[in-house]
Amino acid sequence: MENRPLAVYGTTLASRLLVGTAQYSSPAVLAAAIKASGAEVVTVSLRREAGGNRAGESFWSLIRGLGVKVLPNTAGCCSVKEAVTTAQMAREVFATSWIKLEVIADDDLLQPDVFGLVEAAAILSRDGFQVFPYTSEDLVVAERLVGAGCEVLMPWAAPIGSARGLNNVFGLQALRKHFPAVPLIIDAGIGTPAHAAAAMELGYDGVLLNTAIAKAGDPVAMARAFALAIEAGRLAHCAEPIPPRDMAEPSTPQIGRAFVDLPRHA
Amino acid sequence: MAGSSQKIRVVGAGVVGLAVAHELARVAQSVEIVERASAPGLGCSYLAGGMLAPWCEEEGAEPLVLEWGREGIEYWTKTVPAAETKGTLVVAPPRDRPDLIRFSRLTAGFEWLDAAALAEREPDLAGRFDRAMFFPHEAHLDPRRATSMLAARLREFSTVHFRFDTAAETVTEPADWVVDCRGLAARDALPDLRGVKGEMLVLSTREISLKRPVRLLHPRHPVYVVPRGDGRFMVGATVIETEDRYVTARSVLELLSAAYALHPAFGEAEIVETGADLRPAFPDNLPRIRRAGRVVYVNGLYRHGFLLAPALARRAAAVVLRDAHFPEVMDADPGERQRA
Repeated sequence: MENRPLAVYGTTLASRLLVGTAQYSSPAVLAAAIKASGAEVVTVSLRREAGGNRAGESFWSLIRGLGVKVLPNTAGCCSVKEAVTTAQMAREVFATSWIKLEVIADDDLLQPDVFGLVEAAAILSRDGFQVFPYTSEDLVVAERLVGAGCEVLMPWAAPIGSARGLNNVFGLQALRKHFPAVPLIIDAGIGTPAHAAAAMELGYDGVLLNTAIAKAGDPVAMARAFALAIEAGRLAHCAEPIPPRDMAEPSTPQIGRAFVDLPRHA
Repeated sequence: MAGSSQKIRVVGAGVVGLAVAHELARVAQSVEIVERASAPGLGCSYLAGGMLAPWCEEEGAEPLVLEWGREGIEYWTKTVPAAETKGTLVVAPPRDRPDLIRFSRLTAGFEWLDAAALAEREPDLAGRFDRAMFFPHEAHLDPRRATSMLAARLREFSTVHFRFDTAAETVTEPADWVVDCRGLAARDALPDLRGVKGEMLVLSTREISLKRPVRLLHPRHPVYVVPRGDGRFMVGATVIETEDRYVTARSVLELLSAAYALHPAFGEAEIVETGADLRPAFPDNLPRIRRAGRVVYVNGLYRHGFLLAPALARRAAAVVLRDAHFPEVMDADPGERQRA
């Protein structure tokens, strides 16, 4: 199949890797990692870092200086009201209508509160936001999010920060089949480049991750590793992999091979 | 130049300014320390953790922090003996065991303790963790006591004068050199300096005793508890990329949860203090010595004020007295320096 570039809300992205900006050892390491990742979109947590005023300005001017597109997120919001308020603050601070919407059920488990998520997505879409909802792989929730105006879905692979990879491959495949035309970006739970490549081979449109790069021993090298894995996985998907089978399948014909029955230790 | 006494003005009496003044005074220079507050060590030095833990810092810091941090331990245990070398403990709750493994892979200079060995070193942590990392060469100090000791040491020199309650701009008398150690206040001259908020609190309880700092790893909010003696424990510190200076409810919640996870008896402790301030930092979180004519800036010590001040002070003095050059911290063009 043809490898068309990813487009979200009318913006075409050459890189299918989106990265978070938290937990790096310094802004300089963050900048080098973003550069190595080739990512064009970085997600930033407004609630924690920017504080809603101009207080975090020097840090954010470093991020803006990288020339990447900022996708603000509502990380840490546990209610619809908090998420909506945070999104409105983010629109003002970063001058973008993009918002990665997170409504978290519980600060400890960090699972999405899908009920609040759908409600907040509807409110924000009506208000002109372009919403990137962090959700589970649940099909019905996904339907509701699309119905609420979301043109992108961001299902988890596994719980945030767990580094477990694709927890429910069947569910993620079903979501992909159910929404062939909606951009699907894996958000959360990726630990290694192999996980990211596997998601891309499933036909996912992109991968968003933070901890797996930020907390690696060498974040810059790991950023590059993820960039390569995501490109490999995408190419593999477009190249249409062979299906697995239960039995060996020789790659050269056996018929006509001489002396096939000779004893091995003749 | 080193032999003849010059008049050197040090601006800022935090740990960096005091350490620079000390290095200069020790080689018989006339030093005037100008400080806007009414006493030494009241800026962000006042809220420091006072952990001299360069091996632990290898988890996220550049190798320079370990190398120069060892000089810091030497200084604070021998030259100005404010620190005790009791080591550092690093523990994690069972479900955050992967964080302990990660920490052990990124650091060196530690030994593993099992539950019994941990109980032997810190009886109050008996049975609370089945495994701990122990960094035996690390030390800790009480920052307020340390800056007082250093200021007292400086007062012994007849060539050293303090001027408190004095803003640097109001001082017009000439000086041969100015060493600017104002921390974040120097951002007018150092445009790539930023503030990174840190929040801390102090708990008081007689129910727990610890001999050494304990770091509790957590994927989102790692904290440390540093015994200050007299039943007091400093719990710190958040690291937030913002420049407001207030203590948030959420941070207190996180710091207290971590202290409680370390030992439930902290739940009964009295909160005797909370505080927030901004650490001065450059984009790579490494310190800088910058020279502009006869002004030398020493800044950006980030989370490593007490740890790195002695090494920076020694080198800043060499810049003033011998025109020395230290490429690892002296960049010509701000922002040019890349990660080593």
